[in-house]
Amino acid sequence: MPEPDNRHIVTLEINGTRKTVAVEARKLLVHLIREDLGLTGTHVGCDTSQCGACTVEIDGQAIKSCTVLAVMADGASITTIEGLTDPGAELSPVQAAFHEHHALQCGFCTPGMVMSVRQLLKDQPHPSEHDIRHGLAGNICRCTGYHNIVRAVESLASKGDQP
Amino acid sequence: MIPAAFDYVRASSLAQAIDLLRDDPDGTKLLAGGHTLLPALKLRLASPALLIDIGGIAELKGIEISEAGIRIGALTTHAELFASEPLNKELPVFRQAASLIADPQVRNRGTIGGSLANADPAADWPAVVVALKAEIEIAGAHGFRRVAARDFFVDIFSTALAPDEILASIRIPRPKPGMRFIYRKIRHPASGFAVVGIAVGVRLHGGVVAEICIGVTGAANHAFADQHAADFLTGKMLSRDNIDQAAKLLGETTECLSDRYASAEYRANLIRVEIRRALLALSS
Repeated sequence: MPEPDNRHIVTLEINGTRKTVAVEARKLLVHLIREDLGLTGTHVGCDTSQCGACTVEIDGQAIKSCTVLAVMADGASITTIEGLTDPGAELSPVQAAFHEHHALQCGFCTPGMVMSVRQLLKDQPHPSEHDIRHGLAGNICRCTGYHNIVRAVESLASKGDQP
Repeated sequence: MIPAAFDYVRASSLAQAIDLLRDDPDGTKLLAGGHTLLPALKLRLASPALLIDIGGIAELKGIEISEAGIRIGALTTHAELFASEPLNKELPVFRQAASLIADPQVRNRGTIGGSLANADPAADWPAVVVALKAEIEIAGAHGFRRVAARDFFVDIFSTALAPDEILASIRIPRPKPGMRFIYRKIRHPASGFAVVGIAVGVRLHGGVVAEICIGVTGAANHAFADQHAADFLTGKMLSRDNIDQAAKLLGETTECLSDRYASAEYRANLIRVEIRRALLALSS
């Protein structure tokens, strides 16, 4: 049996690019994303799977990357906030709606919020206000700027845009 | 927060996972969705030498519905239980209960098998599987065995699982025609866990209770099947008087936990309120 500090080889697709990284078994996915891959748009907030600032997509599903080991993502396809649009290019529909409706204040929770909104609109293309609030229950905004976030999502629901 | 170092193996079959587990049951933890285990490791509440990732084991996946009954693989996530149309056509209580668990991201990773094996006294699924009269299928070195859900939870975070066994699936009898289930909970506003949760299955015949099963979580050291209120109601109408008396019985006969969130007296009151609401909803 390998020693506890042995490294494990993880190969994953991140924002469409294939990467192979050697990691310690205890490394969290969020640290692989931020430290090994340099994608710092995914944030560590509470670090206890409450706040959702670390939300990314694994194989199309929104998850909290502070509560997944990097080794568990071997073979997976991951999308982070950086994968939604290229720098300088047009914003993705969810990002544009957040911009339009001033759905951020300090911006710390925003990447996680945007990733959760994508999941929400995939599950429920025409959510009610209640659906939106329930669907974003896993994301906390400590500026408490929820009203404009809900308005941003409502604007996408009424447009029927794809996230 | 970083867990203490451990080794990690991704098991490809149930047999391999059991072999690995038997090498050192006390120093090993099984990893499925990881949504209880990883926070515990990060807080250093546990420091296993080895994690066996069972998340890729095909034998532990899937929802199968046949004449004989319903089989739910241990690795089925809360989100899959919410989304499964065939399952919710038979037992809409799965969608109803799943929607009350944590948040969407957690539901995408957390599994029913993990929830049951962990036996958090405030978890939701334990009450539901008790009310469904489910059996827990357990895999070990010598094959499979089954334990009734009502006997599976033995104490706080403690179940009928031996240290070298793995929870494989949940087996649920096909509901008899007219059988209806409901799950209600008082949700802790921060953790989302049940301060008190009550699952009830009822079959009425001519307005009279022909069959009833009540599962309770959150209230005591572990989820349990109530017998007192169920026996009282069997053969009776679900009238307001009978419901009130059953609620009183359930409140009186439960040895409630007391903690900094809720005193035993408050929990006993919540039990009375929630069982009354559940039975009123099922009486109409």
